[in-house]
Amino acid sequence: MAVVDKALEETGEEERLRQPLETAVVRFAGDSGDGVQLTGSLFTLSTALAHYDLATFPDFPAEIRAPAGTTYGVSAFQIHFGGREIRTIGDRPDVLVALNPAALKVNLADLRPGAVVILDVGSFTERNLRKAGFTEDPREDGTLDAYRVVALDISGLTKRAVAHTGLTSREQLRCKNFFALGLIFWMFDRDLDPVIEWTREKFAKKPQICEANIAALRAGHALGETAELPQLPAFHVPPAQIAPGLYRAVTGSEALAFGLLDGARKAGLQMTFCSYPITPASPLLHVLAKLRAYGVTTFQAEDEIAAICAAIGASYAGALGVTSSSGPGISLKTEAIGLAVMTELPLVIVNTQRAGPSTGMPTKTEQSDLLQALYSRNGDAPVVVLAAASPADCFEMAREAVRIAVQHMTPVILLSDGFLANAAEPWRIPDLDASPDFPVRFRTEPEGFAPYARDDRLVRPWVKPGTPGLQHRIGGLEKQHETGAVSYDPDNHQRMTELRWNKVLKVAEDIPEQELEQGDPDDCICVVGWGSTYGPISRAVTTRRRRGEKIAHLHLRHLWPLPRNLGRLLSGFDRILVPEMNKGQLVHLLRSQYLVPAIGLSKVSGRPFTVTELETALDRLWEECP
Amino acid sequence: MNAPVRTLQPKDYASDQEVRWCAGCGDYAILKAVERVLAEIGADPAQTVFVSGIGCAARFPYYVNTYGFHGIHGRAPAIATGVKLANPELDVWVIGGDGDMLSIGSNHLAHILRRNVDLTLLLFNNEVYGLTKGQLSPTAPSGSRTPSSPLGSVESPLSACRFALAAGARFVARAIDTQKELASILRAAHDHPGTGFVEILQNCIVYNDGAFADIADRKLAAERQIHPVHGEPLLFGAARDKGLRLAADGSGLEVVEIGADGEGLDQVLRHDRTSFNLAMMLAALEPPMPVAIGVIYDHPTPPSYERALRAQEERERERIGEADLGAMLRKGPVWMVTA
Repeated sequence: MAVVDKALEETGEEERLRQPLETAVVRFAGDSGDGVQLTGSLFTLSTALAHYDLATFPDFPAEIRAPAGTTYGVSAFQIHFGGREIRTIGDRPDVLVALNPAALKVNLADLRPGAVVILDVGSFTERNLRKAGFTEDPREDGTLDAYRVVALDISGLTKRAVAHTGLTSREQLRCKNFFALGLIFWMFDRDLDPVIEWTREKFAKKPQICEANIAALRAGHALGETAELPQLPAFHVPPAQIAPGLYRAVTGSEALAFGLLDGARKAGLQMTFCSYPITPASPLLHVLAKLRAYGVTTFQAEDEIAAICAAIGASYAGALGVTSSSGPGISLKTEAIGLAVMTELPLVIVNTQRAGPSTGMPTKTEQSDLLQALYSRNGDAPVVVLAAASPADCFEMAREAVRIAVQHMTPVILLSDGFLANAAEPWRIPDLDASPDFPVRFRTEPEGFAPYARDDRLVRPWVKPGTPGLQHRIGGLEKQHETGAVSYDPDNHQRMTELRWNKVLKVAEDIPEQELEQGDPDDCICVVGWGSTYGPISRAVTTRRRRGEKIAHLHLRHLWPLPRNLGRLLSGFDRILVPEMNKGQLVHLLRSQYLVPAIGLSKVSGRPFTVTELETALDRLWEECP
Repeated sequence: MNAPVRTLQPKDYASDQEVRWCAGCGDYAILKAVERVLAEIGADPAQTVFVSGIGCAARFPYYVNTYGFHGIHGRAPAIATGVKLANPELDVWVIGGDGDMLSIGSNHLAHILRRNVDLTLLLFNNEVYGLTKGQLSPTAPSGSRTPSSPLGSVESPLSACRFALAAGARFVARAIDTQKELASILRAAHDHPGTGFVEILQNCIVYNDGAFADIADRKLAAERQIHPVHGEPLLFGAARDKGLRLAADGSGLEVVEIGADGEGLDQVLRHDRTSFNLAMMLAALEPPMPVAIGVIYDHPTPPSYERALRAQEERERERIGEADLGAMLRKGPVWMVTA
């Protein structure tokens, strides 16, 4: 159904048809100094306010300002939005804005055929083409034949639009992201006002820059309206049916921070959040550092080890100790996680995973630390392992991590990843009081007290130093059952090892039974996922089920202990496919736990699965179904 | 505060655990001195926490009847920082050896000192790894022959007090395990608002016996030690006939002989415990110069780290008014979707 553009209708000009699209994928790309991330966030704001469901993914280089014009300095921001539930960032962009040749070079291969490519040809100098690695001008050698190319001198047009502001030539050029944004706004029929309002607030102290950005934005929009470029399409994307309520956009890092705060609140504890800067985990520290009035003390430690040790000290003293890092930092924390296991203190350890091994690719996503979370410590040192499935799910899982840690006196590792941490989606703001509190009751009664006595869940008492009459000493040496005195007794070590192990296993009695996201227990195929693969798996399975294929989706949020009904549930499927952004870690766990013939699907490119990749794997598997 | 109902004696601070240091270990004397200080200050065992890392010294928390946390190697300062962040009211003591605090954990030592967390930190320096059987320590003199350096160490040792001063410690003292003034030095460290750092020269009777004999021996002490007293001239010697003055070229301290008529006394420096430069020069003194024993530097700069953080949080709460998480989530760009 074509929709007539109202603005054009009102002006009485020639009617131009807006092409209908159910969903759209737009990618902005340019130099890391071009303001691409800001452009993306502003388009996201506008998209949310226009009542679309959406998912975004910033993709930027590890270098803060790589040399201009190079391919490794390209920063990109992708948004997928539309009139149905959006579960992924979109496989292939429908629209690419490339602010320089390098941005085109890096992103071209991802585009779907027929995609709209908006080029700032003002930046297509011979020098820039060479820096981007083009030997021929891609506009002339057929490279772009499969696309709808809109070649505009965005640099020049921007300069002309903002010349009156008195900015230097260099400053004028820095407004070109706003020009591009204005053009995209016209393309998708958006209201400029919210972004103008935002710009006025943001640049209140720099009136010249503020005025220039707004002028560039309007000029870009006006160009779309008036230029009548045949290759420049206009789209109509119908708004989504979204559950009613009050919404805000959250990244995974923000949602995780809010979940930790709410968890601490529900436990009745002050949080002590101890961290050391590391990509891509740092945003969690940044968010919490701004929220210290809300029950959190943030501590930027001198290193990863100090961060976890301070968190353990804080938990020992009766606060909720939380530490956060990414893979390499978690490696450094390993010995201290063992200490928390031995001292049986609550502790939440957030791992925002990134592509490894070693330093790997800090800004690229991966989920290859599952086995590290489960097994990486010396000795038999079990911990609870959880994983969040989406940016918004980070809120729920952070709260769950706090609940399990304080109620079971155990370290809990919560796995997020670089994708979840930076990706944003609309989030219906929950009523925080709708879910139950889980207040901590510290032991204060001296009568019959023993530091390592256990209740029926095998959980030892939590005592705050300062409590009269309960002085005791804990540490990393093996403990005598109940008394907690240092013990080298062989039978005691056997017993304590089993107690620690079983205490963590018993958490399975306190978590929900595993359910299927989609499908039925007697379907042929079950796709088992964990973490941020939720979106693409969910979309792929939905698409196949619409064709009548008996494919189910099971998504694990509790990775250890596993849900108590998981083995039974898995045994009902003929085929089990486990897509993971690693070399096959969950599949290894499931095979060893349940002796099921699960097969893995591995992707370790630093980028999320596309729906197409999953569907291709399902094509092959479905042929084997009876 | 839960003050004890009766005055506790030093022995009341001993735990029920059997002490397992070697017979004759300097640690016993330090334990006694700490118990004495705890009794003197009327420490409430329930409000007191001993935190340690790994090593012989780090067994200390098991032997006092307070709360205790025996951590992992080198990390006691970090654990203790967390304890104070969670509860600034607790009276925290951190105990560790030279390997624990100046080798594997030197980073944490530097940072707890510069942050100035309000606690008392005792570094038992015996210049050897005891618990692992005698290997080379970061404070051992060059040439030390140990199982890990059988041909003699070619490394330069680290000076604990100079390290502490360089890291920004506001209280630095050096003591000897068996000296009678130990308790009063520990008391001064405890009274200091901020990190009170004390290096205790501690004799390891098994692996490094007599390491400090040329300083600590009672017969030599008067000549080999100088005990700085704030505001007093820096004198030493059995007859107090020697003093320290600034060398004419300003390069450091030198000894000046005091004549019977007091000649030269006017050149002797007076100790100023708040002078960083003097503290650095005193801390650096090594034989044949007299070694500085006692409070070398005491320059309080409150508030302590954890108090400053709490104050910031208090101001934030006042600024925001009611800090309601639910309300905070509804601030900023939000939009209503209606059915």
